[in-house]
Amino acid sequence: MNKPIRTVSIFCMFLFLALMANVTYVQFWKAEDYNTDPRNARVAEASFSRERGQILVGDEPVATSKPSDDQYKYLRVYPSSGARMFAPVTGYLQLGSQTGIERSQNAVLTGEDPQLFVTRLVDLLKGDQTQGGNVVLTLNAAAQKAAFEGLRDTLGPRGEGSVVAIQPKTGRVLAMASYPSYDPNELATHDSKSAAAAYEQLDKDPRDPLVNRAIQTRLFPGSTFKLVTAAAAIESGKYHGDDQVPAGSSYQPPGTTRTIGNDGRSQCNPSKISFATALDWSCNTTFAHLAVEVGPEKMRDQAEKFGFNSNYLLDLKGQAQSVYPTGIPLSDKDGGGTRELSDAETAQTGIGQFEVQSTPLQMAMVTAAIANQGTLMRPYLVEQVQTAGFDVLRTTEPDKLSDAVSPQTARELTDLLVSVVDNGTASPAAISGVKVAGKTGTAQRTSTRCSAGGKPPYAWFVSYAPADNAEVAVAVMIEEAPDRACDEIAGGQLGGPIAKAVMEAVLKK
Amino acid sequence: MSANSALMGFVHRRRRGAELFLLILALVVGIGAYAAVGLGVDGEVPTNLLGYGGWLAILVVGAHVAVRLVAPYADPVLLPVVAALNGLGLAIIHRIDLARDTGLASQQLTWMTLGVALFIGTLIALPDHRLLARFTYTSGLAAIVLLILPMIPGLGTSINGAKIWISLGPFSFQPGEVAKLLLVITFAGYLVVHRDALALAGRRVVFVDLPRGRDLGPILMMWVVSLGILVLQRDLGSSLLFFGLFLIMLYVATERPGWLVVGGLLFFGGATVAFRIFAHVQNRVDIWLDPFADPNGNGYQLVQALYGFAWGGLVGRGLGEGMPQRVPYVESDFILAAIGEELGLTAVIAVLLLYGLVVERALRAALISRDGFGKLVATGLAAVFALQVFVVVGGVTRLIPLTGLTTPFLSYGGSSLVANWVIVAILLRISDQARRPLPDLTADADDPDEQATQVVKVVPR
Repeated sequence: MNKPIRTVSIFCMFLFLALMANVTYVQFWKAEDYNTDPRNARVAEASFSRERGQILVGDEPVATSKPSDDQYKYLRVYPSSGARMFAPVTGYLQLGSQTGIERSQNAVLTGEDPQLFVTRLVDLLKGDQTQGGNVVLTLNAAAQKAAFEGLRDTLGPRGEGSVVAIQPKTGRVLAMASYPSYDPNELATHDSKSAAAAYEQLDKDPRDPLVNRAIQTRLFPGSTFKLVTAAAAIESGKYHGDDQVPAGSSYQPPGTTRTIGNDGRSQCNPSKISFATALDWSCNTTFAHLAVEVGPEKMRDQAEKFGFNSNYLLDLKGQAQSVYPTGIPLSDKDGGGTRELSDAETAQTGIGQFEVQSTPLQMAMVTAAIANQGTLMRPYLVEQVQTAGFDVLRTTEPDKLSDAVSPQTARELTDLLVSVVDNGTASPAAISGVKVAGKTGTAQRTSTRCSAGGKPPYAWFVSYAPADNAEVAVAVMIEEAPDRACDEIAGGQLGGPIAKAVMEAVLKK
Repeated sequence: MSANSALMGFVHRRRRGAELFLLILALVVGIGAYAAVGLGVDGEVPTNLLGYGGWLAILVVGAHVAVRLVAPYADPVLLPVVAALNGLGLAIIHRIDLARDTGLASQQLTWMTLGVALFIGTLIALPDHRLLARFTYTSGLAAIVLLILPMIPGLGTSINGAKIWISLGPFSFQPGEVAKLLLVITFAGYLVVHRDALALAGRRVVFVDLPRGRDLGPILMMWVVSLGILVLQRDLGSSLLFFGLFLIMLYVATERPGWLVVGGLLFFGGATVAFRIFAHVQNRVDIWLDPFADPNGNGYQLVQALYGFAWGGLVGRGLGEGMPQRVPYVESDFILAAIGEELGLTAVIAVLLLYGLVVERALRAALISRDGFGKLVATGLAAVFALQVFVVVGGVTRLIPLTGLTTPFLSYGGSSLVANWVIVAILLRISDQARRPLPDLTADADDPDEQATQVVKVVPR
């Protein structure tokens, strides 16, 4: 009977091998999937109960875990001095869900990240609770404060807006403010009823305090988009910064009867003016004309080199893509598909209208690329990942996204933009003793003017300083300022002082 | 047997010292895990560690001494392996007790004490396993009675839809656990007598040589009755176990692989019919195919177990650091999920290797056993063990549909633990007989009658 017994042995061996292979599959190959399953309450509860790493700005924590004596061992606390200011970046932690950095850096903060493997092993051997790693943000506390308080004080209690500041050479995000904001402590409380009520209230608020406008709100960039148009025009080789450019009191693109005017800025009226004058006074006729002359392909090409139509932000989820239209969808009757933009549409894109949409972060990147000799760096928020004991595990390396324009073009644009601050519409951003480059934008959102009962425009302001060796590039976006009169809502008047305050904070002026 | 005679010069060593050394390692596992649970959950070594560890040590050393005295040539690996499994199981049950505020571990320790007592009792009362062959039909009848018992109103208790329990006062008892041992004895006793008839007499139908009805009839009847009872009781795991056991023993006894083909076809036929007819079978298969279809309802238990395994990863959360109590019935059928969560893949593989060792050692005893009955019993017990582990672990890890069975030596449950200790005692007895040196025949070689009738071993009456 020994032969069948040997056969049975081999059969049993296969049974056990199958079990081992399967359990290895479940615990090793498939574990990641199960552990990241949003329905997995076990992981959520464990990470909620664990001492989570800190989120730091400089040396100061903006999110930290405090021992708690209710059903969970630790409570996530956002120190009240900066809770609202940093909320759009930090996000908040709830049982089973996180937003912002709390979400994107969850693995580090909970200690599950492979980079923390050694620390975790040491904790395990010592019998200690696993401690999460710390995340150090690139934010500059002074700049963030200037940005948030600037928005709050300028726009009034009912206002909505956002500021992004970038270090042009590296892509470090120095400030990312969104107004109105919320107190993440109200959402992170262990009292689930009051957390739910707070969420309900914030979610219903028509001013969308939970939205991080810096990366999620797309609006017409208006005249600030003229930076892209000017860059495309100079890159095309047809114009230089000191050339004369076409202008006029109105411009009628080929193939349309709709004309584009200059809102009464008489400096634009001559048929030829200097490039500097055109930017100083933000002459729509000039840039509509230039856009048509360059053509939609090259306009799009230039916009995409600056980051339009793409995702580039790795450190926060939910980034909205900024848009330069890729084509106009055709009806089925016309065979479907898309067609290229017409001259009339291209002319509108040249002044940041038609279907051009940009987030504040995107306009800050356009500005930063010009400030950085034309090189666009990937924006990032996580400066360092540390162990719970503050040992540095990883420092983010700056990452080049593209050569948006040549250094020569960047230099010419900088000269033009310095002139806008010195002589033109961007004068509110001037800082004594520092060369500042800037551009305003006031984008209409309805064909009826605000003064005639239409909706007020969106106001934009972009700038960087010092112009020759920029330390900071800022974009200010003002979506709503109902406490301000119509004629006050203009990029220079409202955005300029905020941008100036942020730049001064970075330059320590 | 011919292999043995070729190795006439070879004598197995007793290896009792090796067994004692391995037993100390097993105690380190059991007591160490118990201490680690206390450290992990409460942050301190349990206050009763000395008492607990002492009791565990007494049980294990007692078993060892009994083996040393009455079965000196028994396999030295089996006892340490099951002691380690039992100790680990106790620690995990204690861990779950702390999470749920129950007191199952001390009950389980009582059951273990009874199990070890019966283990020693079996070794002493059963000096030769061939004595069991006398109870072929008695144990068959007893098995059927035991399987019927839970269906008697007032005596049987239905737990989780399976009517496999009987309650006597405060105790509840799962007769199926004992029945599987009795059925192995019955099958072995019958098959060893009728194997030649089954293998040789009969007629060929298509490709299979079918044995005569009078040879196969009784055993087939027995098998149908036991399976029928199980189906009526909705105990899928045991049905699968008994079917596989019967098939393997028939194959080993007759040495005809055709039985495996027939059995395989019968299995798939039966499974298909059961799937068509029984809603609870369909339900199990649906959960297996997609547990995440209803993660908070039908699939909850399996989904939570899978999350637990994944949460444990390679090295586990550490004892006391996981949430095994999220899995319903984690102390019995799903105890491996708790091990996977808190001790990781490493420990699960280690546990599976221990089970593999038990099966391997049992089959080794079957290979070297000098009599057909011993071979069949050892093979049968090995098959029971392997199939049970496969069915329960496969079910818990979603390799196969889940059918309720206990994890031998680990799960909470008295009947299972006691029955398994007795099974190990019988395996040790068979291996003791197999490894024992043949009597020295050269001493009285001058008497020709002595050479004509060799007394291998006296079976006491």
